[in-house]
Amino acid sequence: MLWMRTWKLGVKSLLLHPLRSGLTMLGILIGVWAVIVLTAISQGASDVVQKQIESLGANTIIVRSIKPPPEKMSGRAALYGLKRSDLELIVANVPTVDSALPIREIRRQFTYGDNQVDGRLVGCTPDYAEINRLRVANGRFLADADDIGADNVCVLAAQVALRLFPYEEPLGKRVYVPESTHYYRVVGVLEHRNASAAIGGSLDSQDYSGDVYIPIRTLRRRIGDTVVIRRSGQFETEIMELNQITLQVTGVDQVRTTAAMVESLIMPRHAALQDVAVVVPLELLEQARNLRMMFLGIGVLIACISLVVGGIGIMNIMLASVTERTREIGIRRALGAKRKDIVQQFLVETIVLSFAGAFLGILLGFLGPPMYHGLLYAVKTASPQKFESLPEAIRQAEPSIVLATIPLAVGIAVAVGLVSGLYPAVRAAKMNPIDALRHE
Amino acid sequence: MSESQVEPYRVSPASVLPRTAEPGNLPAGEGGRVTLADGSVPAVSIRELKKSYVLKSETVHALRGVSFDIPEGDYVAIMGPSGSGKSTLLNMLGCLDKPTSGNFFLGHDDVASMDDDSLAEIRSRRIGFVFQSYNLIQQYTVVENIQVPLYYQGKLGPAEKQRAIDLATSVGLAERLDHRPMQLSGGQQQRVAIARSLMNDPYFILADEATGNLDSVTTEEILNLFDSLNNEGRTIIMVTHEDEVAARAKRIVRLADGLLSSDRTNSEESRAEARIRQHEHVLALAQRKL
Repeated sequence: MLWMRTWKLGVKSLLLHPLRSGLTMLGILIGVWAVIVLTAISQGASDVVQKQIESLGANTIIVRSIKPPPEKMSGRAALYGLKRSDLELIVANVPTVDSALPIREIRRQFTYGDNQVDGRLVGCTPDYAEINRLRVANGRFLADADDIGADNVCVLAAQVALRLFPYEEPLGKRVYVPESTHYYRVVGVLEHRNASAAIGGSLDSQDYSGDVYIPIRTLRRRIGDTVVIRRSGQFETEIMELNQITLQVTGVDQVRTTAAMVESLIMPRHAALQDVAVVVPLELLEQARNLRMMFLGIGVLIACISLVVGGIGIMNIMLASVTERTREIGIRRALGAKRKDIVQQFLVETIVLSFAGAFLGILLGFLGPPMYHGLLYAVKTASPQKFESLPEAIRQAEPSIVLATIPLAVGIAVAVGLVSGLYPAVRAAKMNPIDALRHE
Repeated sequence: MSESQVEPYRVSPASVLPRTAEPGNLPAGEGGRVTLADGSVPAVSIRELKKSYVLKSETVHALRGVSFDIPEGDYVAIMGPSGSGKSTLLNMLGCLDKPTSGNFFLGHDDVASMDDDSLAEIRSRRIGFVFQSYNLIQQYTVVENIQVPLYYQGKLGPAEKQRAIDLATSVGLAERLDHRPMQLSGGQQQRVAIARSLMNDPYFILADEATGNLDSVTTEEILNLFDSLNNEGRTIIMVTHEDEVAARAKRIVRLADGLLSSDRTNSEESRAEARIRQHEHVLALAQRKL
């Protein structure tokens, strides 16, 4: 009953100066809002990264050719990278490998009639579609029979199909590759697939939008391992057998041991040039988790700073309020208020302030996700190029509120209110009632 | 303001709380150390009360040993020039300050040696304050302001609210229960303050220059209100520097240089004369305005 009255009293004297109380609340409000929204956004962004990594497959190991530094290449032909013998070695010696996919990628121009498009010619096996989660929109993906027969067939990525065949049905048409003077019959068109993220320098981002897929055996037979790259005024020759081998491991728990085995098998063969890397998405997944914790940590840190600033704001206002209400304190003391009654009165006001701030902060926090989308939309309409240059984790993030941050934020807000209210309250209570009464 | 309005000022006896509602948590008194000639315990009695302050390494003796008794039902005006120790004595009587030495018996208890919390308790239960500048809490309504003394006793029930309404009615503010101090005239605010001073059924009402901020007409009203309260048996201690105001009291205590310089009783005749003089002054003022 008495407490009820004290709370009512606190609310009442705060409502006496609504603007001032509102401004005082602002610090806490922004702090709580920041805790909730920043954690929600970083959660959303890290979800995107995590999904991308997961789409690489938690039970896969990627062995890639990497271009050695020029000083190691000097005096040699530009021969480097994975060998077909590496693939055979892995398949023959590592029992936990379920399947191994060789991949060869070459940059090429594709034409049909007057239409032309630059893209990647990817030599691969039929499993490629499944492992990279490519979905067929029309026709079919490559089949075993295509590979065995080294047929001149191809499957187009959605954008390639759109550019080469804007008004025609691509299936059954022949795509021309000028540099190697070959025609490939289109047997399938894929659905659009978002690019996967680049991860920490060890794996480039995979942009599937310009790809044309042909059987790897066809690529070897028609083009071979030597690729001549024409640059302004000079030719560059590159001899490589395979760009990448994607290994599917029987179980997630075997990924690490398998990766170790593969490394010990392959690395000695490439020790001189260091032209091969083994990438384990599972490890990246864990890195991403750490990254996410860092994201959250930074978000919470920023929010805490804001809360501390809010607390200082509350203390400032309450000190001013104590001075302003010296007379009232004197009256209350004369009429029988004990010191602790005065402390209680001022503390209740700060707690009400910080609670109200926290409450409004939470409400606004729930508006955070739509606000985030609104902001992205604004950037998109104002400057599409800038929008495109934003990291994908930011463009595609779905902010999701982490419920645990709500009690955390409220707890911190109330603690800040208590701590910052204590000093002014004690100062108010320490006042001599005679002087307080005389105060003008 | 006509005489007919003097009537509703009376506090109905039903609204006076019985003295048995005394708290048990006060420090035990020394059992009526001071008794008057008729055997009764005075509302207030002070003995050899001294107070000195240290100001810039110089000791100022504001009170140098003051003694007097105020029996229940008395109406005392405390007078004295500035520097006489009048304000210091007021602070002592109001339990807002502690004496350096001496005794201050409020009923059966010596409050001179009490700690801060006990003094707050005493103020809350035994003293009714009326200040020169009213000292109402601005954000509260009339009724809420009257309730404040009981608020700090933890009494907030509907009975207390009803009592506050009764008191407001008795001082002629029945129409203004929900008004805030800003919406009231000075006289009305002082009447709220008087109603508030009665809320805890105090041992005495301590009025500090209660009419100092008021015009003659309102001063007369407030003094008439004090008269009727005193007639009901209320003890009133009034600090004033105006002779006209002091002339309305039953007794005038004068201070000079921290000592009691005179303590005399106003005869009933002189009080009646003072009342008439004041009323005539008000009437003359009213005529001049016409």
